[in-house]
Amino acid sequence: MKEAKSILQLQNIKKTYPGVVALNKVDLELKEGEIHGLVGENGAGKSTLIKTCTGATIPDSGKIIINGIEYAQMNPKLAENNGLAVIYQEFNLVGELSVAENIFLGRAIRKGIMIDKKAMEEETEKIFKQFQINIAPDELVKNLTVGYQQLVEIAKAISQNARILIMDEPSAPLTKSEVERLYEMIERLKKAGVTILYISHRLDEIFYLTDRITVLRDGEKVQTLYTKDTYVDELVTLMVGRELKETFPPRTRTYRNEVLLEAQHLTGNGLKDISFEIKKGEVLGFAGLIGAGRTELAEIIFGVKARTSGKIFFKGKEIAPKTPREAIDHGIALVPEDRKQQGALLDMEIKSNITMTIMKNISNFSVINKKEEKNIASKYKEELKIKTPYLEQKVKNLSGGNQQKVILGKWLAADSELIILDEPTRGIDIGAKYEIYKLINKLVESGKTVLMISSEMEELMGMSDRIIVLAEGKITGEVRKEEFTQELIMSYASKTGGKL
Amino acid sequence: MKLMEFIKKYGIYVVLLLLVIFFSVSTDSFLVSSNLFNVARQVSMLGIASVGMAFVLLLGGIDLSIGSQITVVNIVAAWMMVKEGMNPVMSCFIAIAISVFVGFLNGWIIANINMPPLIVTLSSMTILEGIAYIISGGIPIFGFPKSFAVIGQGYIGPVPIPVVIMIIILGIGSFILNKTYFGRYFYAVGGNEEAAKLSGIHVKRVKYLVYTLSGLFAGIAGVVMLSRTNSGQALAGKGFEFDVLTAVVLGGVSVNGGSGKMSNVVAGVLILGVLSNGMVLLNVSQYVQMVTKGLVLLVAVGFDCWQKYKSVKVAKTA
Repeated sequence: MKEAKSILQLQNIKKTYPGVVALNKVDLELKEGEIHGLVGENGAGKSTLIKTCTGATIPDSGKIIINGIEYAQMNPKLAENNGLAVIYQEFNLVGELSVAENIFLGRAIRKGIMIDKKAMEEETEKIFKQFQINIAPDELVKNLTVGYQQLVEIAKAISQNARILIMDEPSAPLTKSEVERLYEMIERLKKAGVTILYISHRLDEIFYLTDRITVLRDGEKVQTLYTKDTYVDELVTLMVGRELKETFPPRTRTYRNEVLLEAQHLTGNGLKDISFEIKKGEVLGFAGLIGAGRTELAEIIFGVKARTSGKIFFKGKEIAPKTPREAIDHGIALVPEDRKQQGALLDMEIKSNITMTIMKNISNFSVINKKEEKNIASKYKEELKIKTPYLEQKVKNLSGGNQQKVILGKWLAADSELIILDEPTRGIDIGAKYEIYKLINKLVESGKTVLMISSEMEELMGMSDRIIVLAEGKITGEVRKEEFTQELIMSYASKTGGKL
Repeated sequence: MKLMEFIKKYGIYVVLLLLVIFFSVSTDSFLVSSNLFNVARQVSMLGIASVGMAFVLLLGGIDLSIGSQITVVNIVAAWMMVKEGMNPVMSCFIAIAISVFVGFLNGWIIANINMPPLIVTLSSMTILEGIAYIISGGIPIFGFPKSFAVIGQGYIGPVPIPVVIMIIILGIGSFILNKTYFGRYFYAVGGNEEAAKLSGIHVKRVKYLVYTLSGLFAGIAGVVMLSRTNSGQALAGKGFEFDVLTAVVLGGVSVNGGSGKMSNVVAGVLILGVLSNGMVLLNVSQYVQMVTKGLVLLVAVGFDCWQKYKSVKVAKTA
């Protein structure tokens, strides 16, 4: 390939949010007509970088150079005028309108005051012909599958003269045949001279599609490589590339040779044939990329969502929880991913939050025994070291770490045996994280069992006895503590089902 | 922010006091014991029905059918006593059972069909109003046994019986919210349905219960009204839900659900009662009264929503 000129350049981009450096002096160069892969773990800064390109985020410092013109920041209009478009995972399409109307949304071709449907459909047809897209322009968008909707989205960008396309995990929502169609589309785009920045977790497709790859880690650019000069293991090492820091309390082996929960062939809610067992006193980690099915698994075990087949055995007996209440009564607890929306009752007192699941049990003839309520709440306040002057404090006034402790307190009060933690330290500062880790240790030492879902690899490796890796709703690997390496787990996590 | 806290906590009592002072000064007839009892008697039905509405709003819902439920109870009880010659206790019991059932149906539809409470109860409001007209033919039904009048017109000592009933019902409402576990569930479900569900609360059952209770209290209000007016009318409860809603929102129950206290609802009920009574004493025209009430609801809900909006903004910048 002859050396092409650069079409988009980011230089020294820096962006900080309170307490976090999202991007630190990041450089990125796209050459005209290339397909450039962008990879990195969750939280590496990929989204912030895209937003910087489109003007959704204003960088603190740095330069953006498009077509040789230098900007300190972008805005959406400017980005569009410079031929830059993003295909997000969520499409900006209106289901009730036709394909052609969507493509010309906001800039409809008119005849007087009337919208000229025919002209729009003809224009759409032209673009579709060029890229061999097989959709009727007058079809309603809601009748299209996700894969075709994506093609409409791409065609829309092309019709607006986009020369640089940023695609954010475009293959994530697609079926295998749709993915193949997407690859063909990308090839045609490339032939037409469109430059593409392709973001994906799937390393196999990064290798299949791209000319060059840029790796981000912790908000910094690690390296840009030619795809033909690198290989998967090297890329994974670059993505992960750091030693475990001493941020975890020491763990001793607490699990016994007694199976607490066994899942057999769980299927449904996006899962395919999940089987595993968890021992009493164990911390079992679940790794995987976003959308791999980890939360979905928790939902099934906790009775939030239904499964289509498979069995769950708990303490040797088969259980089939259809509501959270049933799961709770069996002794299962869930600390959900979204603390504020699903976990805590923010407008209620700490006291009520802790006793919420057992409120009925501490009532006589429906009247709450307030003394007992207070005793229970203060017991767990002490035990979990919840920092608050009084138990009548509303939970919304607590810090994230303390909110999480209140939720844990709720499950301890309910005497749960299996505690499912979904992203237990998300949005919690480092000091409080350490306390949560210590609590997890304490839980398993006292005979509880923990199933931990986390996107923070270090946390999973630091806390788990064993890690099961999910990808696309299936178990793709199981790693014992002695074998823990980020590279191994990442390689399982980025495994896709079939060959390309 | 300090000022806001004060307004939130005591503002309603200040408003009540100001209204009382205003009407005491501007009319000779307001601050007389007979008139004050009159106010109490006038607000009794409002007070009774407001307990149900307060529960429903706490849950983040709304019950627009309260007025029509009152009407139906009114007509059915009157019809049974006069046309069927049934005894008053039995008639009232059956009539109230009907409103309880309607309340349950509202709750069932809202919880299971997942329809917006506004639409569900707006529909049942219209349906019930139609049924009341069908039964009565639009003609007032009167001529009840004398004993029946006691409920609405009798006294225990110096206190009118409707006021006694109101105090009992408000007491029950307060008891449910403050003392019982299911009262606590109302706050939990209204504050965050998802989190409540994940805490093991049967959200649907809570919804059935709340709308059923709303029906029960509307039914009781309907019986009191029938006894007071001594005639069953197809217009008995028309627009009543509006007054109830206004009183409850004035009482600080959030239209967004999850927060509110019974004690403040009492103040809200009294404000509305004093306002209506005072405006009548001042010879304010009925239409101006309507304008005033509409404004009161707007301001009360506006204050609630504006506060919520502010706190969300603060949370976002924090």
